[in-house]
Amino acid sequence: MKSTDISDPQYFHKVVDCQYACPAHTPVPEYIRMIAAGRYGDAYMVNWKSNVFPGILGRTCDRPCEPACRRVRVEEEPVAICRLKRVAADFKEDVTARMPKPAQRRNGKRIALVGGGPASLTVARDLAPLGYSVTVFDGDKKAGGMIRTQIPKFRLPDSVIDEETNYVLDLGVDFRGGQRIESMKALLAEGWDAIFVGTGAPRGRDLDLPGRKEAAANIHIGIDWLSSVSFGHITKIGRRVIVLGGGNTAMDCCRSSRRLGGDEVQVVVRSGFDEMKASPWEKEDAQHEGIPIHNFLVPKEFTHDNGKLTGVVFEKVKAEFDAKGRRKLVNAGEPDQHFPCDDVLVAVGQENAFPWIERDAGIDFDEWNMPKVDTVTFQSSNRKVFFGGDAAFGPKNIIWAVAHGHEAAVSIDKMLNGEDIADRPMPAVEVMSQKMGIHEWSYDNEIDLDKRYKVPHRDLGIALKDIKSEVELGFDVELALKEASRCLNCDVQTVFSAPLCIECDACVDICPMDCITFTQNGEEAELRTRLTAPALNLTQDLYAQDGLKTGRAMIKDEDVCLHCGLCAERCPTGAWDMQKVLLEITHAGNSCRPPRRSAA
Amino acid sequence: MTYLAKPKFHHPNLPKNDLGYTHRDYEGTVSTLCAGCGHDSITAAIIQACFELSIEPHRVAKISGIGCSSKTPTYFLGNSHGFNSVHGRMPSVLTGANLANRDLIYLGVSGDGDSASIGFGQFAHALRRGVNMTYIVENNGVYGLTKGQFSATADRGSKSKRGVVNTDNSIDLAAIALQLGASFVARSFSGDKQQLVPIIKAAIAHKGAAFIDIISPCVAFNNHAGSTKSFDFVREHNEAVNRLDVISSRMPIEVKYDPGTVEIVEQHDGSTIALRKLDADYQVHDRAAAHGFLQHHAAKGQIVTGLLYVEKDADDLHAHLHTVDTPLNALNEKELCPGQAALDKFNASMR
Repeated sequence: MKSTDISDPQYFHKVVDCQYACPAHTPVPEYIRMIAAGRYGDAYMVNWKSNVFPGILGRTCDRPCEPACRRVRVEEEPVAICRLKRVAADFKEDVTARMPKPAQRRNGKRIALVGGGPASLTVARDLAPLGYSVTVFDGDKKAGGMIRTQIPKFRLPDSVIDEETNYVLDLGVDFRGGQRIESMKALLAEGWDAIFVGTGAPRGRDLDLPGRKEAAANIHIGIDWLSSVSFGHITKIGRRVIVLGGGNTAMDCCRSSRRLGGDEVQVVVRSGFDEMKASPWEKEDAQHEGIPIHNFLVPKEFTHDNGKLTGVVFEKVKAEFDAKGRRKLVNAGEPDQHFPCDDVLVAVGQENAFPWIERDAGIDFDEWNMPKVDTVTFQSSNRKVFFGGDAAFGPKNIIWAVAHGHEAAVSIDKMLNGEDIADRPMPAVEVMSQKMGIHEWSYDNEIDLDKRYKVPHRDLGIALKDIKSEVELGFDVELALKEASRCLNCDVQTVFSAPLCIECDACVDICPMDCITFTQNGEEAELRTRLTAPALNLTQDLYAQDGLKTGRAMIKDEDVCLHCGLCAERCPTGAWDMQKVLLEITHAGNSCRPPRRSAA
Repeated sequence: MTYLAKPKFHHPNLPKNDLGYTHRDYEGTVSTLCAGCGHDSITAAIIQACFELSIEPHRVAKISGIGCSSKTPTYFLGNSHGFNSVHGRMPSVLTGANLANRDLIYLGVSGDGDSASIGFGQFAHALRRGVNMTYIVENNGVYGLTKGQFSATADRGSKSKRGVVNTDNSIDLAAIALQLGASFVARSFSGDKQQLVPIIKAAIAHKGAAFIDIISPCVAFNNHAGSTKSFDFVREHNEAVNRLDVISSRMPIEVKYDPGTVEIVEQHDGSTIALRKLDADYQVHDRAAAHGFLQHHAAKGQIVTGLLYVEKDADDLHAHLHTVDTPLNALNEKELCPGQAALDKFNASMR
């Protein structure tokens, strides 16, 4: 194995599992340390810079960071990263003075953002302070897009949405609420320097089954229904409700129904319970509210009587796997089941829809009727038009929309500065030794053995009475500190210097996880089998350094390293050091300019 | 010195021994010795050896004297019996314990000051009597706790950290152990666990006085140029006569060796030592030859390591004294005081 090149920012980035897994690459351990120190405002600003909507995401994020958390590999449950983010938002001091100021001088470039959701607002946040004239168009009166219309208020109060959308709009963004863009051609004709499309995946999939037309009055498309509930157009639903679908929208539908008069709400999914798309915690929350989830039932027919829905007929299926391991749902050989109900909510998926983009507007679409968008630059076939969020590659989550927004903003900024947008900026990396004394580090290196703490919930009886009453109460300061202490500080890296090492084995002996081995070098695959503890997790790298006096190499398996720093504490020569490697994604602005060639 | 305890978390794939323990279960509290101390590596080697032998921790008594080395029993086998005795008096305390309860496994842990100076006499007599024990000397050639004066094992001509040259002759504890009749004598190096762990395992399995001299560099006071007990010096001058594999009686011998290169040594507990010879002429059962070999190489400035001598069919103090198989501390009053008739009979035999 060659010695690992730790000057490549990607190497240590990958060690910070949470940050690496986050689409926006939020420096998670950095802000968790700030929360532990009671620096909520600082923690909020670290988040805000990276993911724009800490308060919103702290309640609604799909948390790709948490399954990646090293804690999962070390014990079982990840750090409650998402809910700690909310702590930063809940307990921060007034941060308005710390926000960027609207640009003093405009640079004369005009940018149109279509849709006022997370993707567009991220582009606006990144570009407005740089002097771009940014205009956001949205069909709704207020900004937020699906954040405002589709997420129930008992999960995300309006006040949080208002606060965080306003931080963006207050940067001198021209928000045209209630102004839906109906024609791309007309928009292009207005001579914008760049156009960003962040219109989401606004069309809920329907189920064209027998009885659908006849019982239409009591069959609703999930996301449309949620949006009507959100705006207060719908305040009631029948006593018995069936929700079809197993995603997070279905969970929002069933829990909303519970609060609008649905006493008997049931979720029915085609696949198995474990394969449902909904996040595990959302399924749990629904079940906690007394909503059963039935699985392996494929809807066949809506039954009705005199134009009134009476129920749904399901075919019982089972999963079978073919030779290639593909799953097929086949009839289980049981009689069909009839679920009587008063209303049905269809939450079986969302689709993109671009009826307002004329197909001869110079933007190429693929065979699935999706715009052809570059996965790195987010540019469409029209060089001035960019796509992001669900509008770019189909339905994902808010945090993906934010990540797309940042990248699209970089592309727009580079394009309008006459640069090659394919030449992406490197992340900013800050390296700092944490050594304060022989046993003192500027981070808390004592490993906390506590299990994950649960977020307190509002009493169910009260929560179910009011659809606007937020169910999760969030961690209080004390719980937040305890949960924050579970973080392993994976961004504080073990950095090894072979020339300083005297091969005394102290680090090998003290390492609680048997991560370190001094051995004859070899090929990686073979090396992995003969380490102190075999390195079986191939997704995690080996850190190799040769050049030791005995001719051996130091091999460290990054997999379950606790970043406790005991190797560095026990090292008599300082060959091991704990260095914080803080990586930040470069956003639009001066730091994404290519380095100038010096004249000399 | 580390203030933090070693976290309880351990690697998810740690192997378990026959008792279902991982090597972590054989640890003690965290070491308070200097960072990089060779003694900590010996601690780790003892932990590994006991883990591999599937020793029940409560069957072990670890006994030490005074000094850096004698602190180390705190750092391994946290669930074993322990006695931290007076300076240099580990051998007599251990002998007493061994006489009282012959069923335990005895680990005597000492240092060059503890065994070659203040406890030199004790060292000699424990080995001479053949107390069934593993006598480990963590030998760094300096008095670490009093800031680095030469100890009795420092080689003549070697330099202290301050540049002073040692004019006294050194005591070679392994050579003396040979002379005193120890039935198992080995030397190893804290920086070479591949050699050290099997030696400790073989010593524990040995019935009789097993002595291991382990060179253990003192990173704080004796790891400089001019020292003959530094990591660099020992690595450069290490003359290993053999390598060991200890094969437990429960395991079939599957390892294949080239003929002629390996000598199989049976131990009393049924386990086997496979000795891979590195020096073809070295005779591991010849006490006098081993003595000569040590002296010859010491004169050339070389440090001979490996299993230096092992006596076939060794015996221990209990065999010499014909004590009963039941540990003395397990004998009840009736067995110890068999009554007037037995006493009369005994007295009569003395007349």
